[in-house]
Amino acid sequence: MVRLLIRRILLGIVVTWVVSMMIFAATELLPGDVCHAVLGQGATEKSLESCRERLQLNQPMHTRYLQWLGRLTTGELGTSLANDLQISDQIGARAWNTVRLAALTALIAVPLAVLLGLIAAIRADSSVDRGISIGTLCFISVPEFFTGVLLVYILAVQLRWMPAVANYRDLTRGDFLEVIEALALPIATLTFAVLAHMTRMTRTAVLNVMSSPYIEQAVLKGASRTRVIIRHALPNAVAPIVNVIALNLAYLVSGVVVVEAIFRIPGLGTLMVESVIYRDIPTVQAIGMLFCVTYVGFNLIADVMAIIANPRLRHPR
Amino acid sequence: MSAASRAPSETDLKTRFTPSLIIGVVIVGFWLLVALFGPALAPHLESDIVTDMSYAPAGEVGLLGSDYLGRDVFSRLLYGARMTMGLALLVTLLSFSLGVILGFIAAISGRWIDGLMSRINDALMAFPSIILALIVMSALGTSLMIMIVTVAIIDSTRVFRLSRALAMDISVMDFVDVARSRGESLWWITVREILPNTLAPLAAEFGIRFTFAILFISALSFLGLGVQPPAADWGVMVKENLQGLLFGSAAALMPAAAVASLTVGVNLIVDWFLRRMGGDVSQELMN
Repeated sequence: MVRLLIRRILLGIVVTWVVSMMIFAATELLPGDVCHAVLGQGATEKSLESCRERLQLNQPMHTRYLQWLGRLTTGELGTSLANDLQISDQIGARAWNTVRLAALTALIAVPLAVLLGLIAAIRADSSVDRGISIGTLCFISVPEFFTGVLLVYILAVQLRWMPAVANYRDLTRGDFLEVIEALALPIATLTFAVLAHMTRMTRTAVLNVMSSPYIEQAVLKGASRTRVIIRHALPNAVAPIVNVIALNLAYLVSGVVVVEAIFRIPGLGTLMVESVIYRDIPTVQAIGMLFCVTYVGFNLIADVMAIIANPRLRHPR
Repeated sequence: MSAASRAPSETDLKTRFTPSLIIGVVIVGFWLLVALFGPALAPHLESDIVTDMSYAPAGEVGLLGSDYLGRDVFSRLLYGARMTMGLALLVTLLSFSLGVILGFIAAISGRWIDGLMSRINDALMAFPSIILALIVMSALGTSLMIMIVTVAIIDSTRVFRLSRALAMDISVMDFVDVARSRGESLWWITVREILPNTLAPLAAEFGIRFTFAILFISALSFLGLGVQPPAADWGVMVKENLQGLLFGSAAALMPAAAVASLTVGVNLIVDWFLRRMGGDVSQELMN
């Protein structure tokens, strides 16, 4: 197992490295160079020159890549092309909003999904199961902005239960209840996005185990269906379920970009989208790298957990 | 006995035409008709300003009210159907041909070419798709053409993986061996032996990719990076009218609901199809 784990972790490192090269190389795809693209037609020879100077475009590509990688690891990301602020300061100011949103979503969505998945598995092929199946299919299919807009329309506009737009800038010092009130709708939107998939996969994982002979044995000895699932099937379904949870946490990386845009939360997602519109390439690269590392990391955790949770891999013959 | 063992065979026979399939077909058929004939039937042009009242409620101006510039929401919704579905279909056709052709080539080529193509594919799949699109668009700009190609390429990585795996499975079967020993060419084997046997899963994949393309394109348009105003696209319409929610306008809700109903409709059909093959649509959709 240790060899398998080391191999998987090494693979994760290689993937991260390849991803970093591709993010860096994306800007080299341009005909001309970054400065031409950013400054546009009206650029004078002088402004182009100073821009190239600043981005050190005079140096060969591999040197710049290594320097960029070095700066990434030390957090010295340089200044933004759009507003001359330090990129690391901007990221630092907004990261907390994003992390808090994703973490609170995970805290709610994961237990709820496992519970719903178990109910669906215990009552497989019943009307409850059908209902959960159709409901989750719908939530998997709809875009985040639909869920978000619908929730705002019903809860904030029609029923006036919560604020449609909260002032997220003040939230860094707000007390817990204020934070919850302001973030309730974004969290609910993201939860719907990841809940459905986790629920379905939990159900599938449990039902897969249910077809093994030892479950038949448990049924034959007279255990109730609930007991068979909780005591006999669930322990062996933990590995795939944990795997699915980690994969869905990775999915939060994409979901967060759209949800932040719906609710205008000043987080990393909105910063990245703004930077794409202003073609502030250094900022896009830095945040893109951050998102990708998180994504690769969660995928790695998913696989590592699956290896650890599988007894056959834990005790190889 | 256990639910898992009884699920495929019995329900297969029972679920020839389930209600959910019929609902799916009705929804998708409806939107197809709207995309084809909607713009011709629309009372106004997509960019016509019909009133000086922003966010007029439904019924007062036009059928569904007016948007933030005083344009007719109903007309824009009809135009948007053609734009959103047309773009999604174009992207899906592109990504599908690219993915299937490259996937089959990888499957029937030797280890080196297959290994190289698969590793490149793995590298692209290591990115969350929307983040990859953002990075590419920051470098190349945000024109419609660039968005179509970017989304198609990102999408094709999923098609590549599936079609390569399908072709791999089939290329080791006896009847392919027979064809090989008969001296058939690689082209003949691919087109006459492998392709027909992968059609069913590929058809399901087409539906999944179509949904994915709709969601992806409208999300990018919603972020302000896809279709640019004044063109009517459902994602753009949601973005434009988001502010109106504060005044109680449903102008942002309607295009969002249109996207949602269309993707649910397609997925109901795909889900029925996959269930008959013993799969699950949710597993496919997350990537």
